[in-house]
Amino acid sequence: MQEEVVLKVENLTKRFGGVIAVDNVNFSLKKGEFLGIIGPNGSGKTTLINLITGFVKPTSGKVVFNETDITGKPPYQIACLGVSRSFQMVRAFHKLPAFKNLIVPLYSPRVKKLGGGKYGERDDVAIDLLDDLGFERDSAVPYKAAGSLPHGYLKRLDLARCMALRPNLLILDELFSGMAMSEVAATLPMIEKFNREGLTIVMAEHRLKELFRVANRVIVLNFGQKIADGTPKEAMAHEEVQKAYLGTEVEG
Amino acid sequence: MAEAAKMRRERIDRGIKARSDTIFALSSYRDMLYLILPRFLPIALLLCLPLFLGSSYWGKVVFYACIFALLALSWDFMASVGLISLGQALFFGVGSYVSGGFNFYYKWPIFLTIPLATFGGALICTLLLVPVLRLRGVYFSMVTLILPLLFDHLIETLEILGGTHGLLSLSPFPNHWMAVYIALIAVVGILFGFRKLITEDFGLVLRGIREDDRVVMAGGINIYWYKAQAIFIASAVGCFAGALMTHYYQFVGRSAFALDNTILPLTGAVLGGPGSFAGSVIGTFILVPLSEALRALGGLRMALYGIILIGALAILPEGIFHYMERKYHQFERDVRI
Repeated sequence: MQEEVVLKVENLTKRFGGVIAVDNVNFSLKKGEFLGIIGPNGSGKTTLINLITGFVKPTSGKVVFNETDITGKPPYQIACLGVSRSFQMVRAFHKLPAFKNLIVPLYSPRVKKLGGGKYGERDDVAIDLLDDLGFERDSAVPYKAAGSLPHGYLKRLDLARCMALRPNLLILDELFSGMAMSEVAATLPMIEKFNREGLTIVMAEHRLKELFRVANRVIVLNFGQKIADGTPKEAMAHEEVQKAYLGTEVEG
Repeated sequence: MAEAAKMRRERIDRGIKARSDTIFALSSYRDMLYLILPRFLPIALLLCLPLFLGSSYWGKVVFYACIFALLALSWDFMASVGLISLGQALFFGVGSYVSGGFNFYYKWPIFLTIPLATFGGALICTLLLVPVLRLRGVYFSMVTLILPLLFDHLIETLEILGGTHGLLSLSPFPNHWMAVYIALIAVVGILFGFRKLITEDFGLVLRGIREDDRVVMAGGINIYWYKAQAIFIASAVGCFAGALMTHYYQFVGRSAFALDNTILPLTGAVLGGPGSFAGSVIGTFILVPLSEALRALGGLRMALYGIILIGALAILPEGIFHYMERKYHQFERDVRI
């Protein structure tokens, strides 16, 4: 029913000197899909995300978002079109109170145009967003300096920062890395809810069990190449995928 | 004995500070004094200072201190965006020469040349720095260090704008009072303006750029546009200081681009406590009179100045203002339980 293509990646390649980090990757993403990107360490998941979001310029290939060519555009322009990303390593404004971290996306031209976050209302919007993601508004947590929060909170703060931009496409780069099981269990339904409400999500993740609970499609990368694309079951049944994850049999 | 047990020491801050830093619950006159005095008294003293000193030598020193305080504020503002400038002399020099030039060649009155130098000069400085906005850290600093030297050499070798002689007999301020009060009010106004601006949403974006510019970009904000705006604001303040000084001296020369105009504000800001703006003003208001007082020592002046500076930074690395602020919040009183 929803056949609208949100993201189209065509022959995307990135070389760092002699290393081919992303090698001729193709895929397209329909509205409302939940795509998982998996692959061993160093397989190019983060580089692929950096290429889509403009943080790294591709060597060749094309990225099209909602029929707009965004290849090589600066990150802030891509973000303003509605592509929001989280960071694998925790990146936050550590000295600012947690809720003030969300002022930056709320101050962006995109959110201003969408009519949200007028002057003086942004703090309230920020608190609302954090409350939705498990920062109880009546506790001291949203008001504490981001630098003093535990890792799990910072990861969710990053997710809140992404949602503050009111994205059309949410790209999560190993959101669950370093999170405790209980935190993952608490965060997973939130992301599921965003997807149910129609948000297209791409999620690079190492924790396959959790990912497969929410993703309805998976892309597997190995040495920068796409080696499988399909439902989680199909992808994991693929011979090359099993080789990439488990290694080949040694003879003799 | 039982009486003594019923006393407890409590921070004064406690009753006053609510969770939000904008809501205050005042319970007594003493609370009010605790809040108002440290904020109001220094400003009142500052504004009265010229009245005690008149247009004496030390009266002039107040004016110089204001000029360097403005430059230090300008440095601190750029530093709060993560742009570490070594080129306050660029702003100072451009401001000086714009106001001096229009006054000398076109005979424009000072009430036109000063605003023109402030905004026109800021535009020139910003345009000069726009190509290097992508540079970060020490690379940006190096460019800002070189630009004033470039102007200095251009003026010397091309003999433009008065060459090595400078532009002489420019229009003065009507009197010393006007000059010193324009400078003082500007310092106080810009100090509070900056302190307010940096806590607004615009200021939060600037501080975000300083902490992690990739997150700011991921938030859909064009960091180069915001950096350019910050440079425009900072250079307007610096150019304004230069224009004031030009008309005070009634002279502008290559010395406007001298390294002193970079180093003194920078050390003032660092000594006073960077990131607070108030520290910049405190630092320069200590350093400028100090360096004047040491003038009597002749050659030893710079050496002693250096020793004092190193000593101060070794003892108070956080800066004077941050130290005082910390102590202020630790004020205690006895309360009966």
